[in-house]
Amino acid sequence: MNASLIVLELAVVLLGLVVLVLDWFTPAQDRRTLGYGAALGIGVVLLYSFFAFDGRDPLYAFGNAYVLDGLALWFKRFFLIAALLVLIMATEFSNRFETGQSEFFALTLFALAGMMFAASANDFMLLFVSLELITVTFYVLVSFLRRRVDSLEAGVKYLILGALSSGFLVYGIALVFGAAGTMNFNELADKLTNNAALSHKSLLTTGVLLVLVGLGFKMAAVPFQIWAPDVYQGSPTPTTAFLSVGSKAAGVVLLMRLLGTAIPDLAFTLERLLMVMAGATIFYGSLCAIPQRNLKRLLGYSSIASAGYLLLGFAVMNRAGSSAILYYLAGYLFTVLAAFTVIAVVVQQAGEEDISALAGLSQRSPLLASSLTLAMVSLAGIPPLAGFFGKFLLLKAVIAEGIRWHAYYWLFAVAVVGVLISLYYYFNVIRAIYWSKGATDLTPIAVSLPTKFVLGVCIVGMFWLGLNPDGALEMAVEAVKVLKLAS
Amino acid sequence: MSLLSAIFLIPLLAALVVLCIPRNYKFVIRLVTLGATLASMVLALALFAKFNDAPVENGFRFNYEKEWVHVDALKLDIGYHVGVDGINLGLIVMGAIVAFAAACVSREIKRLEKEYYLLLLVMTGGILGAFASLNLFFFYFFHELALVPTFIMIGVWGHGENRNYATFNISVYLSLGALIALAGLIALYLQSGANTFDIVALTKAVKAKPLPLAAQSLIFPLLLFGFGILVSLWPFHTWAPLGYGSAPTATAMLHAGVLKKFGLYGLLRVGIPLMPDGATAWLEILAFLCLGNIIFCGFVAMRQKDLNLLIGNSSVAHMGFIFLGIASLTLVGVTGAVVVMVAHGFLAALTFGLSGALREQTGTLEIEKLGGLLRQIPFLGAALVMAMLAGCGLPGFANFVGEAMVLFGSWRAFPLVTTLAAWGALIIGAVYMLRAVRNILHGPAKPEWAALKDANAWVKTPFVLLLAALLLLGVWPRLLTDKIQPSVAGIIAMAETKTADKATRSGEVKKAAGEIKHRAVQPR
Repeated sequence: MNASLIVLELAVVLLGLVVLVLDWFTPAQDRRTLGYGAALGIGVVLLYSFFAFDGRDPLYAFGNAYVLDGLALWFKRFFLIAALLVLIMATEFSNRFETGQSEFFALTLFALAGMMFAASANDFMLLFVSLELITVTFYVLVSFLRRRVDSLEAGVKYLILGALSSGFLVYGIALVFGAAGTMNFNELADKLTNNAALSHKSLLTTGVLLVLVGLGFKMAAVPFQIWAPDVYQGSPTPTTAFLSVGSKAAGVVLLMRLLGTAIPDLAFTLERLLMVMAGATIFYGSLCAIPQRNLKRLLGYSSIASAGYLLLGFAVMNRAGSSAILYYLAGYLFTVLAAFTVIAVVVQQAGEEDISALAGLSQRSPLLASSLTLAMVSLAGIPPLAGFFGKFLLLKAVIAEGIRWHAYYWLFAVAVVGVLISLYYYFNVIRAIYWSKGATDLTPIAVSLPTKFVLGVCIVGMFWLGLNPDGALEMAVEAVKVLKLAS
Repeated sequence: MSLLSAIFLIPLLAALVVLCIPRNYKFVIRLVTLGATLASMVLALALFAKFNDAPVENGFRFNYEKEWVHVDALKLDIGYHVGVDGINLGLIVMGAIVAFAAACVSREIKRLEKEYYLLLLVMTGGILGAFASLNLFFFYFFHELALVPTFIMIGVWGHGENRNYATFNISVYLSLGALIALAGLIALYLQSGANTFDIVALTKAVKAKPLPLAAQSLIFPLLLFGFGILVSLWPFHTWAPLGYGSAPTATAMLHAGVLKKFGLYGLLRVGIPLMPDGATAWLEILAFLCLGNIIFCGFVAMRQKDLNLLIGNSSVAHMGFIFLGIASLTLVGVTGAVVVMVAHGFLAALTFGLSGALREQTGTLEIEKLGGLLRQIPFLGAALVMAMLAGCGLPGFANFVGEAMVLFGSWRAFPLVTTLAAWGALIIGAVYMLRAVRNILHGPAKPEWAALKDANAWVKTPFVLLLAALLLLGVWPRLLTDKIQPSVAGIIAMAETKTADKATRSGEVKKAAGEIKHRAVQPR
């Protein structure tokens, strides 16, 4: 037992509890300080993670259920940065909550703790528990605007579909346990290597497929994507942002662990399935995004398409693909948070979420306009921003596999068509910002200092990852070293 | 920062400066743009002047290399590498001059000036960077950087009712072309096994160990059609006249003049030297496709009622000559193609600039509504006449030199195509160009145009510059051809040795020997 390893998670949970306790002593008008305080605390934890661990050798705790290695550390820092920015965004947003601002911050912190546990999951038990911690807190976060029908509707939808997918997940875990007799990833991998008959057991493969359902739901991959647009649209904007970055990345890290640590010998049999899922997800997300007018719904579909691009990296099942996934995610973090931060401010001003709310934004606030434009450009995969290099790495990984199997060329073609379609809807947003005619309200929007900070971080991140990818890519490569993958 | 890098980094840095200037300081923004493009033009001219004395390394001068991404575990090595040889020297100089001219004519923009100049500078930097890059990644990176502002500029500051449709059309076509080319470039990188995006290193690796034939015949068409769409190769040209007709003047100048040459440059720099066997099979098809450009689009241009659409179609038609020159794979033909690339850049910029100046005053470009304008606007009119004559291939202008070389060079390989092309150029081109001149500039003066004012010194500057370049290269083509020729000779040599290798390998020595003789370079 090596409990000191979970110090980062403990700190986050403690921070959440402190926020809840301090809430009793804080007058309503000062609750915002709690949000900034929580963000500051997260910043401290983030800094501490750099001093405390280097992630060179994997460290285990709780009977090998918990692992702290390069990959886990990478994702923990990822989630911490995401939560830091989301908390600042939420604090700025919090005057829309009638009550329970502090609860919102605390729940965000608890979800963060779940994500950080997920990053370290080395056992189906921890996988399930951490996912449930994330999902259950999100049920509340999604329906937090409880006077708004949209928000409640989103909450109910997320609850029902989330519970359903949890059911599949737990059933799958039971089957895997039944077939292999272990829940631990390392032990399962050993058993698969030593016992070839086991990998042909249909009980095991069925179990793995059901686990895949649960993780596909988290990532919003086709055919488990149906909840995403509605929930994205209905949730409070900070929740949507955290959902699209944190929750998706949690699905990604767990799928990485599953394929790279638990069932590396079996993973190749899933190749076809992952390819089809990737292609279908890209197509579905890109095509459905075309007619959308609601900004958050549009980003919901765009996040589905992004899940498809991430799945490309899983389909190729090698180091190049996995490090490309991490790189893409890092770029996605800054890009999507920039977009949602702008949307949160604009929606607050305009009171509606239609694209037309962006009309005249270029004159109302050049900072917001250029941030959203950069985010869209990055999402569309245009140089010199982060999205371009991420997509480049993923597509390169896919086409490199084409030599082995020509079907990858078709997958590449699908991805390219997806990129092409995405240009259209991302540019629709840019068009709305700069040259829509119906701009009636041209009063300048005041952007608060914390929002400026978030946008600044995101913009620097986008440019940094796009223009100077060397260091970040090196980190991504280091992080995926722990996975058993073809080089 | 090397001289070459400065040429395209100055506009990009100026874009950052423009970003920081408040939007009310329109004059300052314009001044920064003009200053940056002027500086990069001056540097480009300096580059041209110093070219002969600069040390040569692997066939390139002004080399500058720096590591950018180097990850051993992924076998990923992308370095920043720029350099010039005869082929891209002319394009860079032309691009820098056209960019300055484009900045000059941008006075027509009256709203959202800050965004406009920002995009113009990014586009300029992207174009020049793409031509200077000797690394496939940056080659594509800079092109994309220039391409996207094009779409936005057409959409936001474009003219006419068709603007939205044109924006949509050009975005889809060009993005598709770029992505197909990207697929080809990545496939090329992987197939070479050299594990480098560096064009010089790739060329060396391919020289040592040619790509497998199957791969060549698969990848070359990707590049040919990917780049072909970017250059408006018939039948993928429909975006061009429409897009240029709707684009703001400067965008049309920069895209039709400079950015469009990227595809041709890519074929010459990457496609043909690295995949000679793939190329030989496809270049014959290309030769026939280019007839579609020259003749079909020539006829289409004849029927146009709008000056901008006419120029747009004629610019598509001119691309046919460049394709023909490249397809000939002879020293004279390819050199001619490079000369046409440069000359057409000046010409397209000049014609689109003039039509923009005309539209600014008259508000229309419908040829029927105009007439007798030469009396009111002698300078603009005369410049337009000269541009039109240059477009028909009149001796004295650089286009004549290039087109004549293309025709000479391709005669042996494709006599039929060359005959038809010459006919198309001389007759069809002359018909629509001269008819436009007659209808717009000559004839009875119409009363509604009595108040037109001729260009003042400011407006004249860009046109004088572009005309001077056309005339200088027209009367002194060796200024360019002497520099182009050695580089082209290297490409031809690569293309031909590879054909021989292939033949020895497959035992078809006889046939290939005949082919080599057939394609051998005669004049020198």
